[in-house]
Amino acid sequence: MRIGDAKQSYEADEAIWTSSTQKIWFACFLLALAVFPFMADAYFLYMGCLVGIAVISTTGLNILTGFTGLISLGQAGFMGVGGYTVAWMSINTELPFPITLLFAGLLAAAVGILVGLPSLRVKGLYLAIATLAGSVFLHFIFAEWESVTGGMGGLSLEPAHFFGFTFQSDFRMYFIIVPLAVLMVLGAKNVFRTRTGRAFIAIRDRDISAEILGINLLRYKLMSFALSSFYAGVAGGLFAYFYRVVTPESFPLSMSIFYLAAVIVGGMGNLLGGILGAAFMTLIPEALGLLTAALTPFYPNAPIFMSPMLEIIFGALIVGFLIFEPHGLAEIWHRIRRFFSLWPFRN
Amino acid sequence: MPNILEINNLSLSFGGVKALQDVSFRVPENAVTTVIGPNGAGKTSLFNCISGFYKPQQGTIRYQGDVLAGIKPPARAAMGLARTFQNIALFRGMTVLDNIKLGAHVHMKSGLLGSLAYFGATRREEMAVRRDVEKHIIDFLEIDHIRRQSVASLSYGLQKRVELARALAMRPKVLMLDEPVAGMNREEKEDMARFILDIREEWGVTVLMVEHDMSMVMDISDHIAVLNFGRVITEGLPAEVQNNPEVIEAYLGTSDMDSLRKKLNPEREVA
Repeated sequence: MRIGDAKQSYEADEAIWTSSTQKIWFACFLLALAVFPFMADAYFLYMGCLVGIAVISTTGLNILTGFTGLISLGQAGFMGVGGYTVAWMSINTELPFPITLLFAGLLAAAVGILVGLPSLRVKGLYLAIATLAGSVFLHFIFAEWESVTGGMGGLSLEPAHFFGFTFQSDFRMYFIIVPLAVLMVLGAKNVFRTRTGRAFIAIRDRDISAEILGINLLRYKLMSFALSSFYAGVAGGLFAYFYRVVTPESFPLSMSIFYLAAVIVGGMGNLLGGILGAAFMTLIPEALGLLTAALTPFYPNAPIFMSPMLEIIFGALIVGFLIFEPHGLAEIWHRIRRFFSLWPFRN
Repeated sequence: MPNILEINNLSLSFGGVKALQDVSFRVPENAVTTVIGPNGAGKTSLFNCISGFYKPQQGTIRYQGDVLAGIKPPARAAMGLARTFQNIALFRGMTVLDNIKLGAHVHMKSGLLGSLAYFGATRREEMAVRRDVEKHIIDFLEIDHIRRQSVASLSYGLQKRVELARALAMRPKVLMLDEPVAGMNREEKEDMARFILDIREEWGVTVLMVEHDMSMVMDISDHIAVLNFGRVITEGLPAEVQNNPEVIEAYLGTSDMDSLRKKLNPEREVA
């Protein structure tokens, strides 16, 4: 039973964590994130980095699609802009990673604003197609602008560096990716405590009345595109530093769909949902692979039988979640929380 | 009393449908003005013209002496034109408190970077809005018990009240209410009438409303304009409007009692 959380000031009431229990749990979570790379083996470290990158990109897409209601299939394209920016800058300049990542985000944001321009006139599936066109166009540029992007062969880059310190291993990259993911999710959380975030949600829920209530639709729709693409650009930049190679095939259309699925499975318009969705979409295919490996000693035919099934099981899991938990994974979490905040009483 | 809003010769048509024809009337400052008329008379279209959502083909709307044509809806909101909607237009994904705070949007300044950091000026601005909303609006409209709830879970009457709260957070000079008591029970209607009168008296806000509930309209209005088939039939004090034969005809079909009786009992005439 949650008791004793009456507030003395509005400041305390508006805080992200409104009780000391929440603060302690969050501190434990941060501690676990900090300790994880020292405990994990190479494989889990690699997965941890991938989840971190996916969390940043999913949070970005969640801002646009989940909170502002603008469906986008351009996420992979925006990530590509970030990835190529970082690759190009690391080859042609000596700038440290915070600068290159910032540029990756800003350039992606600028491209996002351009791709988002049709959003004032079209929405829903039509906007999805318009952003898809933007994504195809970007893909074309990545493949054809050889002097900058290296064409189909792509670009190989040096590891991230900062004042002579290089981040050449997954272990070191983890300490860039995860703190950045935490900061960017908290930034998004802040946005939805202020007028900007309220304007985004208002546009999603009822755009016409939002306009009559004083929200400039063009300004806030483009702002949402810019913010979302900024997150995608940073994620793409981290992706480039992590794999140290970018090619047009690094950012395929299926990647846009992957992030859209992560937002929907996790819970649209819910930041926690974006995190859970990103982790789910990244880890479940791997978990299914591990399951196959674990079954092999008992059923020697498991790999032959399972490998064509993995995609089907993965798809069935997504469909299952959509049917039984339409509000996403975040809703499961909320139910658990509700149970404990009311315990020992029911409902 | 000076007129805060003057509507002159306004005409609006959609294809062949003439929603408003040569509509003229005035809205005196710091009074309650009500637009009445049968369904489809053009009342909501008129509101949408004032909000800037529809663009009338002819005529002008003057607000504090300035012509509003060409000014976009968000700018009109910032100028002090606030409204509620006939089919409640709350944002279902937000709590009551956030819905009300959204009304203050036009008076806030913080940008995207400030929002991301939630620090300094942005934080102070958010807190000032919270304090203002709590002190002047939530308390005044007696909705402090539901501030944390999602608007989707509220009863119809409370949703209307939250919508009024959101409009008040816009710090309006003219508050446009589209059917503020439709679908309410007697008690809720009385509460709403009390709030409207208090808003006029304590806040000095001009109220322009559309309403069908005649007893409430006659009780709280200072000025009434009657619309029928897109035209203004008459405007004036409640007592004048009430006895106007054209108004009675618009509502009952005719003002001639004899012909009304004949219509109701056609066979008696034969006999």
